[in-house]
Amino acid sequence: MKVKVISRSTDEFTRERSHDLQRVFRNFDPSLRTQEKAVEYVRAVNAAKLDKMFAKPFIGAMDGHMDSVSCMAKNPNHLKGIFSGSMDGDIRLWDIANRRTVYQFPGHQGAVRGLTASTDGRILISCGTDCTVRLWNVPVPTLNSYETSNNSSEPLAVYVWKNAFWAIDHQWDGNLFATAGAQLDIWDHNRSQPVSSYEWGTDSVISVRFNPGEPNVLATSASDRSIALYDLRMSSPARKVIMRTKTNSICWNPREPMNFTAANEDCNCYSYDSRKLDEAKCVHRDHVSAVMDIDFSPSGREFVTGSYDRTIRIFPYNGGHSREIYHTKRMQRVFCVRFSCDASYVISGSDDTNLRLWKAKASEQLGVLLPREKRKHEYQEAVKNRYKHLPEVKRIVRHRHLPKPIFKAAALRRTIIDAERRKEERRKAHSAPGSISTVPLRRRRIIKEVE
Amino acid sequence: MEKELGNVVTERILPPTEQEVSNEIDVKVKKYMRGEGANLEVLKDKKLKGQLSAIEDLYGKSAKAAAEVEKWLMPSEGGYLETEGLEKTWRIKQETISHEVDILSRRNQHDIILPALGPYSIDYTSNGRYMAIAGRKGHLALVDMKDLNLIKEFQVKETVRDVVFLHNELFFAAAQKKYPYIYNREGTELHCLKEHGSVRRLQFLKNHFLLVSINKFGQLHYQDVTTGSMVGSFRTGLGRTDVMQVNPFNGVIATGHSGGSVAMWKPTSSAPLVKMLCHPGPVSALAFHPNGHLMATSGAERKIKLWDLRKFEVLQTLPGHAKTLDFSQKGLLAYGTGSFVQILGDFSGAQNYNRYMAHSMAKGYQIGKILFRPYEDVLGIGHSMGWSSILIPGSGEPNFDTWVANPFETSKQRREKEVRSLLDKLPPETISLNPTKIGTLMAVKKKEKKTKKERDAEEEAAVDAAKGITMKKKTKGRNKPTKREKKKHEIIEKAKRPFLHEQIKEEELSRKKSRLSEEVELPKSLQRFARKKTAT
Repeated sequence: MKVKVISRSTDEFTRERSHDLQRVFRNFDPSLRTQEKAVEYVRAVNAAKLDKMFAKPFIGAMDGHMDSVSCMAKNPNHLKGIFSGSMDGDIRLWDIANRRTVYQFPGHQGAVRGLTASTDGRILISCGTDCTVRLWNVPVPTLNSYETSNNSSEPLAVYVWKNAFWAIDHQWDGNLFATAGAQLDIWDHNRSQPVSSYEWGTDSVISVRFNPGEPNVLATSASDRSIALYDLRMSSPARKVIMRTKTNSICWNPREPMNFTAANEDCNCYSYDSRKLDEAKCVHRDHVSAVMDIDFSPSGREFVTGSYDRTIRIFPYNGGHSREIYHTKRMQRVFCVRFSCDASYVISGSDDTNLRLWKAKASEQLGVLLPREKRKHEYQEAVKNRYKHLPEVKRIVRHRHLPKPIFKAAALRRTIIDAERRKEERRKAHSAPGSISTVPLRRRRIIKEVE
Repeated sequence: MEKELGNVVTERILPPTEQEVSNEIDVKVKKYMRGEGANLEVLKDKKLKGQLSAIEDLYGKSAKAAAEVEKWLMPSEGGYLETEGLEKTWRIKQETISHEVDILSRRNQHDIILPALGPYSIDYTSNGRYMAIAGRKGHLALVDMKDLNLIKEFQVKETVRDVVFLHNELFFAAAQKKYPYIYNREGTELHCLKEHGSVRRLQFLKNHFLLVSINKFGQLHYQDVTTGSMVGSFRTGLGRTDVMQVNPFNGVIATGHSGGSVAMWKPTSSAPLVKMLCHPGPVSALAFHPNGHLMATSGAERKIKLWDLRKFEVLQTLPGHAKTLDFSQKGLLAYGTGSFVQILGDFSGAQNYNRYMAHSMAKGYQIGKILFRPYEDVLGIGHSMGWSSILIPGSGEPNFDTWVANPFETSKQRREKEVRSLLDKLPPETISLNPTKIGTLMAVKKKEKKTKKERDAEEEAAVDAAKGITMKKKTKGRNKPTKREKKKHEIIEKAKRPFLHEQIKEEELSRKKSRLSEEVELPKSLQRFARKKTAT
C-alpha cells in the first residue's frame, strides 16, 4: 500500500522573517474561482463608475492676455512651452507646468493671426493683420526656468508685405515657411520677400498646414470653400476640392501623413485621403456650431477640435463621434486648440482671453505611478474594454453632462437631420425605382474636385 | 535535398519525454481554455474578424501559460492511496493509514467525544483553517484546525440546529430555537435575525454575501449580510425540510423535499428555477460537485442518485441510504449513515463512481453531518457523540491560491481580502443556472411575424393550389357532379383551415395582452378588486 496525504508545514508557506514579503502562491484552476465571469462584469461596472468619479479633466486656466486668444503654437523642441497670440497683438510664451507667462514678444500692431516655431525650436515666426511677418528668437529654457534677464525681446526680423495674413506654418523639416493671406506665400528665413507665391482663384486663403511626412507638400483652405493641395516643387497647385461650406482649419495625421482632417464650418470634421479627394474617409459629427481649430495628437490616433459652440471635443481618428467633450461655464468661443507634444494634455485658447489646460484622458492619474497602480489601471481598462458593449457599462462610459444650450442644440440638430432623412426616404419610396439616388454623407458636402 | 528533409523530420519528432510533456500540457490547456473558441470562419466583417482572432490568440497564450505554471511551478502534489496485489482501498483502515503518514497529518485523525450536548453540526471556512461546531443542546465552539486550538466556546442554552461561517472566520451564524443569530469570533451576539423565523438549515453565498435560510414552514429567506436588507423571501410550498445546499458553481440554492422533489432557487424569483422529481420518497440529503455539473441526492428508499445538471438526467444510481452527503474539492463523494461513512470515487473519469474508502465509528454513534475540509485530505464528521476527523487521501486540492483562499492567512491579509471581496460583491441578479452566460450575446430572435399581406398572399396561393387539383374519375354513382362539387369545396376548406386557426390564436393573444394592460392601468384604489395574478 502506498499512501500520501496533503501535509503543509507552516514554515514552507509563510515568510521567514517579519520584514520579508508575504509569500504568494498561485493556482489558476478555474474551478477555484466560481462565477468568475460575473465577478469580472461587476469589476467592469465598478471600473466604469470609478472612471466617471475621477474624471476631472480641467487642470487650470492661464490668464494674461488682454484680448481673445487667436492662435497658438507648440514648441517642437521643448515640452513645457507653448506660444499664444492674441487679437491685440500680444504674443506670449507660457510655461505649462507652472501655468505662468515666461516671456512676451511685443511688436504687432493689429491682431496676431498665425504663430509657428521652426523645426529646431529656436525661432518663432508670427504674422498678423498688420501685414508683417516677424521672426523672434526663442529664449533657451534652463533646468528649472527660462533665462529671464529681460522678459521681452526685439524681433530678429520684420518683413512687411502687401496684404494682411491669416495663417502661417513652418515646414516640418527644412527652412521654409508658408503664410496664407490674399494668396499663398512661401518664405525663407533670410529673405525679406516671399520666395514664391501661389494663387488659385481670387478668394483669400485662411489656413495652411505642411505635411509631416513630405516637407514640400502642404494643404490650404480658402474662403471660396475649397481645400487645396500644393507641392512646392511644382509651379502650380496640385488639386483642390470644393465643399459646400468653408473649412476653418486643417491638420495632417502625423502617423498616416497621407491623411488630413478638415475642421468645417458646418459643425463637422472631414477626414480625407489626400490621394482621393472625391470622398471623405470619415465624417466626425458632434459639434453644434462651426469647428474653429483642429490638432492631431502626436500618436495620430485621436485629434482635438475647438468649436464656436464653446466646447472642445476629442475624436478618435476613425470614429464618427467624439470620445470626450470638455466645457466650463467661463470658457467662451474656442478659437484655437493644441495637443501637447506628449499626447497627455490639451490646451485651448478662447474668446475670454484665457488659455486652458486639460487632460487628454479625463480620469488619468497624474504624477508618478507605482507599478502596482499602473497594473491596476491597466486591468481596469482591460475589463472595461471587454464588457464595453454591455448596456450598463456602455451607459456609464458614454454619459456626459452637457450645458443646456448645447444639449438643446444637439437635440434640434438631430431632429433636423432625422427629418431630412425621413423625407428623403419617403421621396425615394414614392418615386420610380432608381430615379433618386442617395448620396452618402461622406460625399454629400463635396461639390467637385478640381485638378 | 534529402539531408534537408531529414532535418525537418527530426525537428518534428521530439524525444519521447518532451513529447509526453507537451501532450500533458495540451490536456491541461484545455481546462484553462474555458470552453471552445469562437468560430471566426463564418464572419464576414474583416475588421471584427481580425480583432476577435487577436483576442482568441491571447486566450490561447494565457491558457498555455497557466498550464505551464500548473505543470512546473505548483508547490505541492495531491494525496493518493494505492494498493498492491489483492489489497482493496476500501478495506484499508484509518489506523493503517496513520502508521504510514507523517506526524502532522496524524493529528488530523481524531475523535472528540462530547456526549452530553448531543448531535453536532460542523462547518469550515472557505480556506479550511477554522471550524465551527454546533451541538444540538446549545454548545457553540470555534476551533483553529491548524494547531487544534480552541478559540472560543460558549453555551447558548437553547437548541442549535445548524451553524455556518460568513465570509471569514470572524463571523458565523447559528440557527437556534426561534431565530438565527450572528456571532463574532469572541462569541458576542451581533444580530438576531427575527425575520427568518425558526430556521432549520443555513447556507452562505460567499460571492454575493447572502445568508440563506429555510425555516420550519418551508420559507426561504435571502438576506444580504453587508447591508442587512432582505433580498428575497419565498414560500417553497413544499413543506418542512432540512435539506438545503448551495451549488458553488452558480450560487443556486437547491432544497430537497419530503415529496421526493428537488427545487432550485434564485433570490430574484419566487418560483423555482427547476423542480425535479428525484426520488419516490423523501429526499434525505443533497450535494453538489464543485464544477457544478453533478448533483448527488439520496432518498429514503435507500438509493443514491447522481444527476447530470446540464441535461437533468440520472447518470448513476447507487444502493445505500445517506443521512448526509458531501463532495470533496477533487470530486470524491462521501455519504454517512448511522455510524458508517463511505467514500466513493470517480477513477475512470467517466462519472462512474465506485467504492473508494470506508470508515465505521463506534456503534451507536449517529452521524449528523459530514464535510470535507477544503485544501486538506480530511473529512470532518459531526455525530451524536461529538465530532471526528479522518484522513481521506486525494480528496483535497493540494495547491491553494493566496488571492482566493489562503489557509496561512495573516490578519492583515484577511482584512485586505475582506475589502476586496466586498468591492467584488455580486448583485443577486447574477445567480442563474448558467453563470457563464453573463457578457455573451443574446440568442438571435426567431423570425418576425408575417405581415397580414404576406399571410393573405399565402392563403390565396394555398387556395389556388387546392382549386387546381384534378379529381379522379370515380365509378358510376360516385361521380355525380354534386358530389364532385362537394368534395372540391371540402378540399378548399381544408386548405384554408390552418390559416384560420392561426388567426384565431393571434386574436386570442392580443385579447389577453389587452386584458393585462388593463390591469396595469387600473387606478390604485381599484387595484385590490382586480383579478389576482396567478403565481408564476
